[in-house]
Amino acid sequence: MSTQEWKFTAKDIIAKPDLFLPGHRACAGCGPATVLRLILKATRGPTIVTQATGCMEIVGSIYPYTSWALPWIHTAFENAAANASGIEAALKIMRKKGKIKDEHVDVIALAGDGGTYDIGLQALSGAVERGHDFLFILYDNEGYMNTGIQRSSSTPIGASTTTSPAGTAIPGKLEKKKPITEIMLAHDLEYAATATPYYWKDLITKVRKGLEVKGPAFLHVFAPCPRGWRSEPSKTMEYSKLAVESCVFPIWEAINGKRQLSTPSKVISLAPQKKKPVKAYLEGQGRFRHLFTPKNTHIVDEIQQATDERWQKLLQQCTSTNP
Amino acid sequence: MNGDEAIAYAVKQCDVDVVAAYPITPQTIIVEKFSEYVANGEVQTEYVCTESEHSAITACLAAGAVGARTFTASASAGLALMHEMLFVTSGARVPVVLAVANRALSAPINIHGDQSDSMAERDSGWIHIYAENAQEAYDSIIQAFKIAEDVNVSLPIFIGVDGFTISHTLERVDTLTDADVREFVGERHYPTVLTHEGKTVPFKLDPANPLTMGPIALQNYYYEFKRQQEEAMKNAYKKIQEINNEYAKLSGRNYGNGLIDTYKLDDAEIAIVVIGSTAGTLKDIVDQLRTKNIKAGILRIRTFRPFPAEELKNALLNVKAIAVMDKSMSPGGLGAALFNEVRNALYDAKQRPIVVNYIFGLGGRDSSPSELHKIYDDLYRIAQSGQPEKTVTYFGLRE
Repeated sequence: MSTQEWKFTAKDIIAKPDLFLPGHRACAGCGPATVLRLILKATRGPTIVTQATGCMEIVGSIYPYTSWALPWIHTAFENAAANASGIEAALKIMRKKGKIKDEHVDVIALAGDGGTYDIGLQALSGAVERGHDFLFILYDNEGYMNTGIQRSSSTPIGASTTTSPAGTAIPGKLEKKKPITEIMLAHDLEYAATATPYYWKDLITKVRKGLEVKGPAFLHVFAPCPRGWRSEPSKTMEYSKLAVESCVFPIWEAINGKRQLSTPSKVISLAPQKKKPVKAYLEGQGRFRHLFTPKNTHIVDEIQQATDERWQKLLQQCTSTNP
Repeated sequence: MNGDEAIAYAVKQCDVDVVAAYPITPQTIIVEKFSEYVANGEVQTEYVCTESEHSAITACLAAGAVGARTFTASASAGLALMHEMLFVTSGARVPVVLAVANRALSAPINIHGDQSDSMAERDSGWIHIYAENAQEAYDSIIQAFKIAEDVNVSLPIFIGVDGFTISHTLERVDTLTDADVREFVGERHYPTVLTHEGKTVPFKLDPANPLTMGPIALQNYYYEFKRQQEEAMKNAYKKIQEINNEYAKLSGRNYGNGLIDTYKLDDAEIAIVVIGSTAGTLKDIVDQLRTKNIKAGILRIRTFRPFPAEELKNALLNVKAIAVMDKSMSPGGLGAALFNEVRNALYDAKQRPIVVNYIFGLGGRDSSPSELHKIYDDLYRIAQSGQPEKTVTYFGLRE
């Protein structure tokens, strides 16, 4: 990774032309669409993007239109990282043979939680093990939203989805969210981080850091989905903020395995009284509505307890010299 | 060399940019041999050892989209795992070359040769060519790059060889010089497309000319994309024949017209239609029959997709009884894949011959010359009587 940190202002970001162009078909208040626009503000030169099947793949590429102002390829759902492997291998050898311009080209693979946690995990693990030079960006909206809001292994406990509906016998999803970034860190990544679009400057900086790594890097971006979460489209940024403030989704980065909290989460670690209860994050979202009935309030307490435990564990991982 | 080694050697000579593969019997020797070339610096190739066949074909597709010449190899379950991506590759019009060492599909698991694996990919939009022996496997790989990468074709292609019978059997293989192969195959060329800005650019991922590849096309455009694949197949039909002739000038070897290869068929009254190595064994039987004045012949289908219906119809014009041999099954169907194709093509013939189907060799079951002889005996009887005894025969089966 470069030792000189990239400095930029809001003015620079506004001045930089968009690479994910308007006219796409995303819903009002779409978190992932904002994420895409922001992450492409961090590109540093020639870049090729590959994307797994999902909402964001669909909305930006409806033939004969495109929202992509850079070279982009989609092939299937489970293989964004395998695409990146092939692209990177081709760029490397063709540059060496003089078949393409002698310049570095960044490779970004994008996938939702389905294309990362579930169907895409094998290809991702394989590509990272092989050490391809690419940045994998997960936009996590905690479910299969493209196919109509089904549960994924990223869907949090208690959430109601169309395949984990809150019924009279079962109160929504019973299983915990899979710790994907821990799984990726176990691959000995040089750079892995979490981010949310509310803290846009932090997000853009982390994308750039991931691109600067020579080898694989992983970025987990939290991206609210108003349709899937049954939340107000106007509140996407509010939930992106509340997730961090309640420590449901703390933001941090790990450089060569050494973890550190990013400023918004660090502030809470230094001033614990600023930490908001999970109730503040959960209660406005329709997917958790059933938890606020007398029968299910214990689940909210359990979510609070699990969130606190995960936060404490993260604090230890960040202070430990040997994480 | 054995067939797998011959394939690896041909790939080495074709200056491939990216090979991405996952090992599976009986293809493994190809990737092992190629790994040695990489390890010894004998090739300028990025070799990507993927974690699955699905990722292997994906990596080839994506590398090909960037503009690289790519190759992979597979068989059986590996090819089945690629199934989804085979359709994506042909739809994306990326000319990947794939060697298939044909092997039975599970269950029960079986590592030996039959053609169930590639016949299951009949409609995947790939060009399908099958070799008769290791020499043809070598020659066909060299031709494959030139066919697939032709700008009017731009389709992926697979070269099938019978598992073990070709893949693992030592044969004499004459090779060309590296320089001759390089010159014959040439550099990869790209079709051109029109960008939104109205620029004509090569069809590949290039930061200087951003293209969106693999978009979603709905009811209003999808069908036109698919229809274009059929046009590309028609172009391939001509190109395969042209390249077969061009290669014959260079090597002195040709395989019929590139689409079908016949043996003593001109005056034949009975004939077998078959794919792959079995045609070699049948030649000896035909020679024996000819000494007894029995007019027997062979038609080997070399190119299964695009299917050479017209050539087949003309070649079998005067044949009275035909046995189509299939090394695969279509449970519940009326005969297997090749039989269906051949009988369909002959429906329009002025004098429709009798066509029967022999399923054989599944799971690598051997068919000896004396057993195969019986098929011609059957055909002789059928031609005499003018009546087929049964449409589908399970040949060499314990029942």
